[in-house]
Amino acid sequence: MSKKSEIKKGDPETTGHSWDGIEEFNNPLPRWWLWTFYLTIIWGIGYTIAYPAWPLINSATAGVMGWSTRANVAAAIAEVEEANAPINARLEAAELSAISSDAELNSYAVSAGAAVFKTWCAQCHGSGAAGAKGYPNLLDDDWLWGGSMEEIHQTVTAGIRNTENDDARYSEMPAFGRDELLEAEQIDQVVNYVMSLSGEPRDASKVSEGAVVYADNCASCHAEDGTGDRTQGAPNLTDAIWLYGGDYADISETVTNSRFGVMPPWNTRLTEAEIRAVSAYVHQLGGGE
Amino acid sequence: MSESNPAPSLYAAREPIFPRRVSGKFRNLKWIIMAITLGIYYVTPWIRWDRGPSLPDQAVLLDMANRRFYFFWVEIWPHEFYFVAGLLIMAGLGLFLFTSALGRVWCGYACPQTVWTDLFILVERWIEGDRNARLRLHRQKKLDFRKARLRLTKWTVWLLIGLATGGAWIFYFADAPTLLRDLVTLNAHPIAYTTMAVLTFTTFLFGGFAREQICIYACPWPRIQAAMMDEDTLTVGYREWRGEPRGKGKRTEDSELGDCIDCMACVNVCPVGIDIRDGQQLECITCALCIDACDDMMEKIGKPRGLIDYMALKDEQAERAGQPPKNVWKHIFRPRTIMYTGLWSLVGFALLFALFIRSDIDLTVAPVRNPTFVTLSDGSIRNTYDVRLRNKHGEDRRFRLSVVGDPTMRIELEGTPYESVVVPADTAQLQRVYIVTPKDAAPSQAASTDVRIWVEDLGNGERAYKDTTFNGRGN
Repeated sequence: MSKKSEIKKGDPETTGHSWDGIEEFNNPLPRWWLWTFYLTIIWGIGYTIAYPAWPLINSATAGVMGWSTRANVAAAIAEVEEANAPINARLEAAELSAISSDAELNSYAVSAGAAVFKTWCAQCHGSGAAGAKGYPNLLDDDWLWGGSMEEIHQTVTAGIRNTENDDARYSEMPAFGRDELLEAEQIDQVVNYVMSLSGEPRDASKVSEGAVVYADNCASCHAEDGTGDRTQGAPNLTDAIWLYGGDYADISETVTNSRFGVMPPWNTRLTEAEIRAVSAYVHQLGGGE
Repeated sequence: MSESNPAPSLYAAREPIFPRRVSGKFRNLKWIIMAITLGIYYVTPWIRWDRGPSLPDQAVLLDMANRRFYFFWVEIWPHEFYFVAGLLIMAGLGLFLFTSALGRVWCGYACPQTVWTDLFILVERWIEGDRNARLRLHRQKKLDFRKARLRLTKWTVWLLIGLATGGAWIFYFADAPTLLRDLVTLNAHPIAYTTMAVLTFTTFLFGGFAREQICIYACPWPRIQAAMMDEDTLTVGYREWRGEPRGKGKRTEDSELGDCIDCMACVNVCPVGIDIRDGQQLECITCALCIDACDDMMEKIGKPRGLIDYMALKDEQAERAGQPPKNVWKHIFRPRTIMYTGLWSLVGFALLFALFIRSDIDLTVAPVRNPTFVTLSDGSIRNTYDVRLRNKHGEDRRFRLSVVGDPTMRIELEGTPYESVVVPADTAQLQRVYIVTPKDAAPSQAASTDVRIWVEDLGNGERAYKDTTFNGRGN
C-alpha cells in the first residue's frame, strides 16, 4: 500500500523503463479502476446499439430504442398544442374586446402573441415592434387603420392593400407629381402647408397658397383639418408621427410619387387563435385603443 | 534496470483492511462528531417552522418546483442565489483555514465518506467481530453457513443504512411527512425512488467496499490540501527520534532501542492501511486513531504518551535538536490562518449585512431598449420599463409606483388606469411601466436623464426604489 515503505527497503519497484538512467517508479493503478474502464467500454458499445450512433451515408443507425431528438421535439410540440387546445378554443370563442379583462386568457394571449409576433411580424415591424420607415411603429398611439382590438384583428386577418384577400382594406394616394396632377410649384406650396400643420414650414410665405392646394386635392382623404381618415388609412398630418419621414424632402417625395404600403393577409398562415393572440399582444404594446 | 527483469504489473488489487477496535480520546471525539453530523442529517428535514398558511412549514426545504429555498426564518428567491454562493465560498475558506491549522481534519472527522465508513466498520465489527475474527473469516476459503449468514447480515444492515441515507436526502426537497407517506404507499414521484436507489447503492458501495479507495483515487481534496499545509500545520506524525530504532523486547540500561516496541497497534487500527511511522503519506486522513492506539500501549509499558501525536513539522525538527516544541496556539495563530479567518469573516459579515438590509418589498427595473424611446402623436416622449415587483409576504399587497427625476415626468402602468397594482402573495409580477414627458420638456430633448422609480406598499408604507435612466430625442 505505502510507497514510502517500499522506497525505504532500498528496492523500489520500477516499471523497468530506463531513459538515460532515469527510471520510473511503478505506482500500480487499482485493478477496480481497470475494470471500471472495461465497463465503460461495454457500456459504450451498448449505448451505440441502444441509441443512434454509427454514421451511414445519408443518416445514422437508428438505435434499438428508437430515440430521436426530432421525434422528441415533435412530441413535445404536440403535447403543448394539446395542452393549449382548451385555452385556444376559449380564445377563439371570446369576445375580442373582452379578452383583456380575462386575466388568465389575456396573459396567455399576450405570451403566445409575442411568440407569433417575433416569428411572423418582426421582419417588417422590428423585434421591438418599433417599425421602420414605411413600416408602422406599433408602440405609439397613432393608428392608420384603427387601434382597437377589432380593428387590429381585422388588419392582421386580411392585411392591407393586398390582392390576395378580398377583405383587405385598400386605398391609394395619387402620385400628384408623377401623374402631373399638380405643378412643381403647387407641390412645393402644399408641402409647406402640410409641414405647418404639425410644426414649422420650410417657407412660411407659401403656406397660404398651399392651403388652397390642400383643400382642393388632399382634404377629401386627409380631412379639412388634416387629421386624416381611418376608414381610408389616410394618415393624420397634424401629429408628430411620420411613417415615411416628416422633413421637406420626405413629404415632397410622398406627394410627388405617392406611397403604397402593403401588408399580407395572415389568415392563410396563422390560426384564428394565433391571430387573436398576436392582436392582443399588439394591442397591449402601449398604443391600444 | 536490466532487460531480463519481467515487467511488473501495472495494476494492483485492493488490499483488504481490517481496522482493529481502539478506544481513547480521539475515538470518543469521533463518536461524538458522528452522532452530531448524522443527527443533523437525519433530523433536519423533520423540523417544522410556521410561515403562515400559504407557505411550507418545513424548516429547511429546497423547493425546486416553486424555485424557493427555505432555511428557518430565511427565504431565498432565485435572484438571491448569491447567498448560497457566499455560503459555498465560506465553506471553502473554512476548509482552507482548518487544513492550514490542523491538516486533513475535515477528512479525518467530518467528511461523509469517513463518517459513513466508520459507521459501516462499526456494523461490521458488531456482526463479524474484531480484526482477528474478520481476518479469519476473510481467509476462510470455504463458504459455510456461518460465513454466508454473517456476510448476508452485514450486507443487509449496510443496505438498510444506505436506504436511510438516500431516503433522508430526498426529504430536503419536498415536504417530509407527505413524501414519507407517498413513499410508503408507492405514490411518490419516480425521481424520488430513483434518487433513493442511486444513493442507497453508492452508500453501500462507498461505505462498505470502496472506503479508502475513494479518498485515495476519487477525491480531489487530498491533492488540493497539500497546498494549504506547511511546517506549522498540526498533523498526525511519529516521533522518529524517540521511537527509533524500534524493536521488541525489554529495554535495559544500555539498550540502544527507542520507545517503539513495534507492536503494530498503530498499523492495525488504521482505516486506510498505512504505517504512520513511515512519515506523512497521501493516504493518511489524520483520523488520529493511531494516536489512541499508541498512547494506550505507551501507558501499558510505562512510557510517556505521544510517540505518535499531533505535531508540526517544525516541532519535529526542534525536538530532534533537543529544543522544546512551540506552544500549540502559536502554531495555530499565524499569518496564514489569520488571513483565512479574516477572509472567512469578511464574506460572513457581507452576507449577514446583505441579509439584514433585505427588504420585504423588492423590485428590479429593466429599461426596454428596443426601441430606446417612442414618440407619441403629440410629440411627447415615452420610455418603457419592465418592472418586476416581488411580494415576499403571505398576503396580497397593493403597490403604488412613482417616478422621481423631473417634474414633467408622468408615470403610467400598462393595463390599468391607476398608478398602483396588486401583487398576489409570495409571487413576482412583471408590470410594464411607462414614463412620459411632454414634447418640449428638458428630458424629452436631452440624451438621457437619471430617474428613480419608487414602489410603495399602500398597506404599510414600506418603500423601495431602483435607479434607471430616461432617454430623450437627443439619444
